[in-house]
Amino acid sequence: MKDKQFWSVAGSIFVLFMIYWFLGHPFFVTERGVMFWAILIVGGVLIYSTRMAKRGEKIFLRNIPGLKAVEEAVGRSTEMGKPVLYVPGIMDMDQVETVAGVVVLGHVAKMTARYETSLNVPVSRAIVMKAARESCRESYLLEGRPDLFHDDMVHYLTDDQFAYAAGVNGIMMREEPAACLYMGKFYAESLLLAETGNSIGAIQIAGTASPSQIPFFVTACDYTLIGEEFFAASAYLSQEPELIGGVKGQDSLKILAISMMIVGTVFNFFHDLGWISWDILSYLTVQ
Amino acid sequence: MNGSEIFGAWVAVFLTLGIFSYLYKDNPFYKIAEHVFVGVSAGYWMSMAFWTQVQPNLFGRLWPVPEGEIAGFFMRIWYGIYNIFGFVLPSVFPTGGIDKGHGTDPHFMYILPFALGIMMLLSVINKLSWLARLGIAYTVGMAAGLRAYAFLNSNVLGQIKGSAVSFVDMPLFSLTGVSIFNNLVIIVGTVTGLLYFYFSKEHAGNFGKVTRVGIYFLMISFGASFGFAVMGRISLLIGRFTDLISYGGATYHYASIWVLLLMVVLLIVWTIKGDKKTAS
Repeated sequence: MKDKQFWSVAGSIFVLFMIYWFLGHPFFVTERGVMFWAILIVGGVLIYSTRMAKRGEKIFLRNIPGLKAVEEAVGRSTEMGKPVLYVPGIMDMDQVETVAGVVVLGHVAKMTARYETSLNVPVSRAIVMKAARESCRESYLLEGRPDLFHDDMVHYLTDDQFAYAAGVNGIMMREEPAACLYMGKFYAESLLLAETGNSIGAIQIAGTASPSQIPFFVTACDYTLIGEEFFAASAYLSQEPELIGGVKGQDSLKILAISMMIVGTVFNFFHDLGWISWDILSYLTVQ
Repeated sequence: MNGSEIFGAWVAVFLTLGIFSYLYKDNPFYKIAEHVFVGVSAGYWMSMAFWTQVQPNLFGRLWPVPEGEIAGFFMRIWYGIYNIFGFVLPSVFPTGGIDKGHGTDPHFMYILPFALGIMMLLSVINKLSWLARLGIAYTVGMAAGLRAYAFLNSNVLGQIKGSAVSFVDMPLFSLTGVSIFNNLVIIVGTVTGLLYFYFSKEHAGNFGKVTRVGIYFLMISFGASFGFAVMGRISLLIGRFTDLISYGGATYHYASIWVLLLMVVLLIVWTIKGDKKTAS
């Protein structure tokens, strides 16, 4: 969308909203005003950053060692003539980590197609299997190597958490992949997988936003993408302006959130001392 | 104690020790246990998903038991389709409709998930496999929209609210309760931890020092979480050993002891045979 079109649409929405507001704004839950403003600000900042990146403005992103290591890991597998094992977590596509995991899988599949390395993706959910297969197929097509793609590279094991872990461990012990990538949502199986990968001497890179599982990956893997680093991974790997703009927008929102925390603490302090009557905490509570 | 319980105990002991044998190395016992576990669980989950979700919540809403006679042309056709299904699969579609407490009127909105499910199944036909993408798109889009609100509420607004701590009417320091020091740790940890995830600036100079504090906070919390989880795992291991000990009693005909002995002997034989094969 061009700038002129964008501002026309944005202006029209604003005018329509103002008309709705001055007509008495029926169905608008005023107690949830803070959520309305939050959605508006988050959406606005992300759209602004994405458009900024699309316009070609240079955006600096610092290096994340774990992401650089992904290509090294695939390269190592190629040199050793061993497969790459990619585990997209144990949850379904309704989890944002799984979606991020499948997106990163697309980039990894491009690398394996380029280097003609074997890729093995055991999954634990039917929809994830379908999505991962589509993602890999597209990557192999884009790299001009559809001949190397076969449906079985993404295969279903089971929905059960520990049976899945046992199955993946068995694959690791028998195929001895040179690189194990764990990118998605994990629970108690994380250490089982990472420990087995460690015991076969594979280079291991993990990425997850599950706070309780990050410690296990940090302990047993060579590189771990912690939380936001994992979500930013697809932007780093693809270098697409829309995604890089999204990362920049999220950075701006983090600064905004930190500012609000500090302002909130100061206002809360004044309120507790009785200097002001306005309670910021009650305003931040969504009814 | 009946025969089936004793047999169940022997199977449980064999599978437990089979999985534990992985600590030695990949071996036939582990392979048996692994394949049984994966195969049985895949079948079990499929069966569970069908009989606890698809049949009662989808078919049960589309074709509930109607109140009285089926009236109207459309409803006759609708339940006519049901009768055809019932003729093919009477256990899934019992005569008269499915009574799972979803009222007496069909919920036609559920035709949408039914159609999406069929589209997913069509992926086995190459020419129609693209239809499965609609199901994936729906799942991802629905989840993104549904969770955006919840995440914004709990992870953004909730975090800001939780970090706006108080410093009034509390002790300066306390190990367990609320104190000025603890609240200071919360706000410093949150701010520096958040700054660690700032990507559009190099972590160097003063900013680098601040983000290093953030990663220290993160690592301390990961360490605490690691210790807590390991304690939980130890209790799981104790639970398994408790079972093995009870199955090792006379009631179960010393299942744990016999299976363990047999497994050790067979593993020794298997290893010696393997070594000889390697040497030759």
